[in-house]
Amino acid sequence: MSITAKAGPAIPAGPAHPLSQRRPLGDRGFQILALSAGLLVLVILVLIAVSMTSQSTTWFTTEGWSGVFSTDWDPAHNIYGAVPFIYGTLITSAIAIIIAFPVSVGIALLLTEVVPRRWSRPIVYVIDLLAVVPSVVWGLWGILILAPWLQSIYQSIASGLTGVPVLSTFFGGQGISGASFFTAGLILAVMITPIVTSLSREVIATVPVIDREGAYALGATRWEMIQGAVWPHSQSGIVGAVLLGLGRAMGETIAVALVIGSSPTITTHLFTTGYSMPSVIANQFGEATVGVFRAALIGMGVLLFVLTIIINLSARAIVGRSVRRAGGE
Amino acid sequence: MMAITTDQQTVDLREPGGWRRTKNQLATVGMWVAFVVMLVPLGFVLVTVVSKGASAISWQFLTNGTLPVNVLPVNYGGMGAAVLGTLEITGFAALMAIPLGVLGGIYINEYGGNHVLARVINFFADVMTGVPSIIMGLFIFTIWVLHFGYSGLAGSFALGCLMLPIVIRSTYEMLKLVPDSLREASYALGATKSRVTVTVTLPAAIGGIVSGSLLAVARAAGETAPLLFTILTVTSTNTNLFSGANTALSAQIFANATQPYTGAQARAWGAALTLIAIAFILMIVARLVTARFARYSE
Repeated sequence: MSITAKAGPAIPAGPAHPLSQRRPLGDRGFQILALSAGLLVLVILVLIAVSMTSQSTTWFTTEGWSGVFSTDWDPAHNIYGAVPFIYGTLITSAIAIIIAFPVSVGIALLLTEVVPRRWSRPIVYVIDLLAVVPSVVWGLWGILILAPWLQSIYQSIASGLTGVPVLSTFFGGQGISGASFFTAGLILAVMITPIVTSLSREVIATVPVIDREGAYALGATRWEMIQGAVWPHSQSGIVGAVLLGLGRAMGETIAVALVIGSSPTITTHLFTTGYSMPSVIANQFGEATVGVFRAALIGMGVLLFVLTIIINLSARAIVGRSVRRAGGE
Repeated sequence: MMAITTDQQTVDLREPGGWRRTKNQLATVGMWVAFVVMLVPLGFVLVTVVSKGASAISWQFLTNGTLPVNVLPVNYGGMGAAVLGTLEITGFAALMAIPLGVLGGIYINEYGGNHVLARVINFFADVMTGVPSIIMGLFIFTIWVLHFGYSGLAGSFALGCLMLPIVIRSTYEMLKLVPDSLREASYALGATKSRVTVTVTLPAAIGGIVSGSLLAVARAAGETAPLLFTILTVTSTNTNLFSGANTALSAQIFANATQPYTGAQARAWGAALTLIAIAFILMIVARLVTARFARYSE
């Protein structure tokens, strides 16, 4: 009578451990290793925020908010106002975006809509080449070759525009220099073109084929198809790509430090010398051995960090949403 | 029968003429102009660096370990210290960042699934790629250099922080392309998850991972900003990565670019050509690896 109970069909022959308990130690160890490598990203970001903020508190406590956001920067007299640098950062990256946006979107459209696949590959290689040229090489070329050449062009533009109401406030003025806001903006435009192009291309590639074909079937020309089918679909994604480019432009240090002319002034004249947040850190950190001076420069880094994080977060959110919506990923 | 013939109309299938056609052509021309606008500075910078750098570069320039004072012409001393520094610092950064980055990518794609933590890590790795490189330099200065002093190691840490998110993201993107059927087949043979990942999934994606990592190294090798506050640019060779101030090609270019002396400028051009050559070689190797070993691509 006990035989039937023992030979129940539901009981397997081997040891009856559930599969989950048989996971060997090495397997779990590997998972923990991978998890900690992933967590390292979050740890580093938190550490950046904490360590840099704690090293810069003396700037905020001695200067106060009004001191930090004042327009004077004079380390010799212990005056550390960040506004000229914030202004320079915004101006140069705005110039960069205004130039890089049409160029990048143009190349992205060229790659996705015009040239055949066989030809788009070498063009992508060339763009990658642009991305691999180091920032300091752009700066070296900018200050030794481009700036002297631009100086005479700036001079003739400025003298041609004297008296013209709006244009002369931007492109005129005294003390025109080859190393200026505008030169920095031009170099930045070249440097952010690869990333804006490749992201725009990614976004444009998600436009459904059926939309394109529908537009063509209605008799649209290629440009009308781009306006009617591609643009509405990829608009927000391209805005995100441009924002990412803006973040890159704001944080770019060495090239700007070499070509911006290094003088903390706030002016509408784009052909004159200026300064930016990352470039003042790079140029003056070596001299900044006094407490508040160093704290001010690290604090400038904190402001830059916060600014770029905000821009990156919103850009990633926008690009991510538009790609997800389009690709159904 | 009658109805059919009367309804028939001629459909004009020719390309639209007039303004619409002109506008379309203008748009196409505009796109090509955009491409040329990008080509001009690239061509200009490459030609300048090659022509000015080639006259500075010699065997002595690349190997002599002592940088002369700025007033001396280019045939004195050499960039050997900087070449060694760049290779050491970037190499050690890669040694730290690539394994960690690959592991991070494995966590996101293989273990994370749809878990919130995996998505958060993925998102912030993406955000971290956009953190300016100078911030990494300041960060390592505040947590390392202030306590342990300037060293090549501190520079490696800063470059490693820069490379880590790029390696994580490219590993993740490549693992995503590996088909699930491969993993399922190995599970069916009784393999554990770590074994499946290490022996099946990772080898299947290795081409893309290697090329993504090489591109990250190429980018890091050219960085200057993270090194300024971590290695304290010196002018003599320091073979010890772990202690004492060091130097690198990018930092030397930055220091020499603003010098009025032709010798110093010539050294900057020579260093620029060396640096671009290193970056381009890494990029070309990355391309070759992709072409040869990539099994799955988008």
